[in-house]
Amino acid sequence: MHRYVARRLLQMVPTLFGMSLAIFLMVRLMPGDVIDVLTGGDVSITPAQREGIRRTLGLDKPLPVQYLQWVGGMAAGNPGLSLRSHEPVGAILARALPITVELVIIAVVFAVALGIPLGVISASRRESVGDYVARVGGLIGLSMPSFWLATLILLFTSIVFQWIPAVSFVPFLQDPLGNLSQVVIPGISVSVFVIAIVMRMTRATMLEVLSQDYVRTARAKGASRRSVTYHHALRNALIPVVTVVGFQVGTLMSGAAIVEVIFGLPGLGYTLIQAIFARDYPLVQTTTMLLATIFVILNLTVDLLYGVIDPRIRAR
Amino acid sequence: MSQSALVEPSASEASPTDLQEAPRSWIPTLLSWRNPIGIVGAAIVALTVLTAAFGPLLWRVQYSAQHYRRLQPPSLATPMGTDELGRDLLARVIHGAQVSLQVGAVAVLIALTIGLTLGLVAGYYGGTLDAFMMRIVDIGFAFPGLVLAIVITGLLGPSRTNAMIAIGIVYAPAFARVVRASVLEILSRPFIEASRALGSSTPAIMVRHLLPNIVAPVIVMITVYLSTAILSEAALSFLGLGTQPPEPSWGGMLNASRTYMELAPWMTIFPGLAIMVVIMGFNFLGDGLRDVLDPRLKDV
Repeated sequence: MHRYVARRLLQMVPTLFGMSLAIFLMVRLMPGDVIDVLTGGDVSITPAQREGIRRTLGLDKPLPVQYLQWVGGMAAGNPGLSLRSHEPVGAILARALPITVELVIIAVVFAVALGIPLGVISASRRESVGDYVARVGGLIGLSMPSFWLATLILLFTSIVFQWIPAVSFVPFLQDPLGNLSQVVIPGISVSVFVIAIVMRMTRATMLEVLSQDYVRTARAKGASRRSVTYHHALRNALIPVVTVVGFQVGTLMSGAAIVEVIFGLPGLGYTLIQAIFARDYPLVQTTTMLLATIFVILNLTVDLLYGVIDPRIRAR
Repeated sequence: MSQSALVEPSASEASPTDLQEAPRSWIPTLLSWRNPIGIVGAAIVALTVLTAAFGPLLWRVQYSAQHYRRLQPPSLATPMGTDELGRDLLARVIHGAQVSLQVGAVAVLIALTIGLTLGLVAGYYGGTLDAFMMRIVDIGFAFPGLVLAIVITGLLGPSRTNAMIAIGIVYAPAFARVVRASVLEILSRPFIEASRALGSSTPAIMVRHLLPNIVAPVIVMITVYLSTAILSEAALSFLGLGTQPPEPSWGGMLNASRTYMELAPWMTIFPGLAIMVVIMGFNFLGDGLRDVLDPRLKDV
């Protein structure tokens, strides 16, 4: 297992390198001069002043040097200053990261806590009213854009409970309850899609497993229906479910990015979109890299988890 | 191995196809097919296309015409109500259907063109070229899709054209992977060897043998990614990066509705409902098509 983990970690290096190169080139090769954006197209600026700004930002150096500086800076935890607020990018991201992580965790918890039981119930009471309700609900959940759902939830809570998102964000460590009251509702809007996916997948694999011979044998030797469903069938049905949750990591992160904007939560997605509109290139570059890195790490985690659940995978 | 984790769901679902089980001609099968979900999906998609094509002829209200009756609830004169400038929401939702379908079609066409070329060349030639191309594809996969689309559109400048380009680029790797996997599978068949032995040129093999045999998985991909592309455009426009006002798009309308949400909930409800119904239609259709074209993947 250790060798397997080591090999997978090593395989991450070229991917991360390629991603950083892609992001760097994407930002640098885009049309338009950063200086024009920064100076707001002010015509009174002399070419000498332009060069001065360029030099302070380190944009006069050759591209490979700039690239190495950026990557080196990230490795050292100091990827430069924000063009807009002149605050270190590292500090901005350190504030934003926990919020996005919290949203994703809440979404996964809801997806597992609701999706798996619903799928099991739906499969073990096949063709019942509950099954149909769960299946139709699943299909609706799959097609519901998270940003619409979030807007509807906001509409509902503001009319019924007079609850509106707070203007300033409370970190979890400062005030856990206050923090959760801000984050749980956005988390639910991110999770609905994944709840639906997990539910459908659990139902499909449970149906397959429940029709296997060993399930019939277990029932025949006198095991209760409940014990067979939960001990024999569910354990075997869970492997594909874990994979499916893993596949949804990208959807979760994209969903979190938009939902953050709607609820005004200053997470990574919110930071990225603000930075894009402000043309704050160092911040755009580093936030994208951070999001992509989290995505790769989460994918790897799911893969390793898969190896833990099913020992055959490790052998490959 | 490392790649397997990074495949997005639809790509892996549609990937290595067992074409022996797929019917050779799928049109008759489609007609005789007993999948109610697929038929509902096809009906919703057809209705959306008809709405986009003929809606403006039936509902002859200008989507940009302003009226003093602002933020009116739905009524006979304005079935979906009016917005903050007194514009008719039904006319705007109809125009939004045109925008969504156009963006979906163009973006998927871009993704398909890039993906088909990469996948065909990489799969056919193999070796170093394949390894190089697939590394690039892997890197494309290493980004969360919508986040990459947000960055590309943001850097190119917010507009509908740039949103289409960004969505096309983001989903091209998925197509490349599915095409390559299918090509590799077909290349191992005896009839390719026979064709080579008879002296067929590379282009001839690609056009006459490879392309027709990868049609099934590619069609499933197109339906699945049409819905993803429409959803991505709505998300981008919602964030102000896609279609720009005053032109109506579903995402943009939803974004505008946020200010007036409590006064005029219909502004939030109808555009969102339109997105959901269309996405549902494409998802259902994709499900049904997958059952027909790719029987092994049933129930996934």
